Amino acid sequence: MQQPIIEEPRTYFKAPLSTPQPGSAGVTGAWRVKKPVVDPDKCTGCQICWLYCPEDTIIILDTGKVTVEYEYCKGCGICAEVCPFNAIKMVDEGGA
Amino acid sequence: MEDLLEIRFHGRGGQGAVTAANILADAAVREGKYAQAFPHFGAERRGAPVVAFARISTKPIEVHSRIERPDIVVVLDSMLFELVDVTSGLKRGGILVANSKRNPGIEGDYKVYCVDATGIAMRKGLVVSGWPVVNTVMLGALSKATGIVSLDSLAEVISSRFPEDVAKRNIDAMKSAAESVHTC
Amino acid sequence: MPVKVLTGNHAVAEAVRLSRVKVIAAYPITPQTTIMEKLSEMADKGVLDARVLRVESEHSALAAAYAAASAGARAFTATSSHGLLYMHEVVWWAAGSRIPLVMAVVTRAIGPPWNIHVDHQDIMDQRDTGWIIGIAQENQEVLDMTIQAFRISEDPRVYLPVMIGLDGFILSHTSAPVDIPSQDEVDAWLPPRRQPYVITPESKIVMGNISDDDEHFMMRYSMHVAMNEAKRVIKEVDESYGKTFGRSYGGLLECYKCEDADYAILLAGSWAGDAKTAVEMLRSEGYKVGVIRIRFIRPWPREELLEIASRLKGIIVFDRAVSMGSTGILLGEVSSTLYSTKISIRGTIAGLTGVDVGPEAFYTQAKEFIEKVEQQGHVYEPLHWLLPPRYRRRGKPGKIERAEVVM
Repeated sequence: MQQPIIEEPRTYFKAPLSTPQPGSAGVTGAWRVKKPVVDPDKCTGCQICWLYCPEDTIIILDTGKVTVEYEYCKGCGICAEVCPFNAIKMVDEGGA
Repeated sequence: MEDLLEIRFHGRGGQGAVTAANILADAAVREGKYAQAFPHFGAERRGAPVVAFARISTKPIEVHSRIERPDIVVVLDSMLFELVDVTSGLKRGGILVANSKRNPGIEGDYKVYCVDATGIAMRKGLVVSGWPVVNTVMLGALSKATGIVSLDSLAEVISSRFPEDVAKRNIDAMKSAAESVHTC
Repeated sequence: MPVKVLTGNHAVAEAVRLSRVKVIAAYPITPQTTIMEKLSEMADKGVLDARVLRVESEHSALAAAYAAASAGARAFTATSSHGLLYMHEVVWWAAGSRIPLVMAVVTRAIGPPWNIHVDHQDIMDQRDTGWIIGIAQENQEVLDMTIQAFRISEDPRVYLPVMIGLDGFILSHTSAPVDIPSQDEVDAWLPPRRQPYVITPESKIVMGNISDDDEHFMMRYSMHVAMNEAKRVIKEVDESYGKTFGRSYGGLLECYKCEDADYAILLAGSWAGDAKTAVEMLRSEGYKVGVIRIRFIRPWPREELLEIASRLKGIIVFDRAVSMGSTGILLGEVSSTLYSTKISIRGTIAGLTGVDVGPEAFYTQAKEFIEKVEQQGHVYEPLHWLLPPRYRRRGKPGKIERAEVVM
């Protein structure tokens, strides 16, 4: 398809646009009550947690296994819920 | 020709009254006139009485309201004379063109023309799903009776809208109607 | 340029074809359906190079068309009445996203009861959404306005979607001569599509994410700025179109026989033709009357109306839509525009729900208004109901009435 011309508006213009980037909503890691902890022995690298994480805070390691980006992880627990191998545990913030 | 002529077609759903109004308008436009054609605004049902309308003028037509007082009425189906008051609103001295062998009992100050459109349609092979299709036949009679558009213009429109063999049969039938239409 | 006898809906389809629209999404609804049928037929025959999407609802129809437009395609949809109400949420989102887009609205009454006939309640219901809203009088104008809509919508001073209103059945299903420009002429006149941004997997842009309230406020303000700019753009486009194709309509409004007029009938849509016919009748009796036909209800032609009104004694407004509990929609606009003037105004609600209004009714109503102003000096009657003919004699209803259901 022929691409349209992207031309700057010629009047005062404000559209509801944003560019998603890490941390654009602030350091959401501070919101956690519990944090997910991955047991690398149990993790098989299926990456289902990566698919489900609503905040894109599952990091895939070179081995294919995963770890968590704690700066932005909100601690929602979805990763622990969906992990088929019980490799992710939710741990109290103070305790672990 | 009057500045503005208003025409009402009576038919039954599926007989092509709306197409007749459209062909008439198209033919008038090809002659350099202005025209409008519209159906009765509602659901269409095969077999039920329907009406369609046309306006033809020497000037651009701005009016969009309904036609209440037509100059000409065309009745495509003889059964309608018992079902519908076909002369309703027809102007005094107005013209009625009927698909009928003889005057279907129309009284009043009108000029009535008759043509056996059903017979012509059957003879010329204008039958679809067992129904004689009389719309172009009636346009031939209308053209001859009123002169509002020529047979040539009608033939031109029919040729542009239908496949060649269908167009030829319709034009033949239309001409045959123009020859046999008579006051009644 | 061949003149063809076309219905209003087919005139829309021809304009969409000539504008080289790439994505079309719609859901059938009477009296819009034949626009979609014609476009599907064109795409099927290969005379229109577009994806035609059959979606499961009007909400999805506009969502799909607007998504395609966001991704860079010239896109189009069409609807009517209940369909338009069903897509109303996306109507706001499409405008707020500032993506150029065109939609035809075949104006039709809103239920209950079911009614497929014309009034303007559906399109007037969209007036605050940030869409530019035009309403045509004739099939020719329907074609011209639709082609113009793409140029207006895609102008970098505007970047707002445009809605084109055509009256259900009275235009949509009525055949009338339409001069169809050639593809070469339209290609030369309509620039390639422009838009402020494109959303693709690579562009990494999100539209509509939660924002700051102040930011949101300023987005509203910026839409209003664009609307004001659109006034100039609509005029320019109308003039430019006239130079190329020989047809101009006067921009935001058309003033018919206003030069020497003392009074004017103000309205929008196809019945303006009947009002113009009434003007001839009134003028033959010495009443100097013109017609102010509102072509665009958004942006509202405030400046033009003020200028014309300064030369008039009175305006009688005919509204085919009512804001129940207040007045007719146009009357409200006219009253606020002319607040600081001494002009006489009457608002008349008529022709709702498909009730026919012909030249005779305009003639009688306008004459009565003029006589009253001439006698009293100044008249302001914002709400005057012109009931259907068989109810005018009965007087105002006093008890519970059950509607007669007609099958």
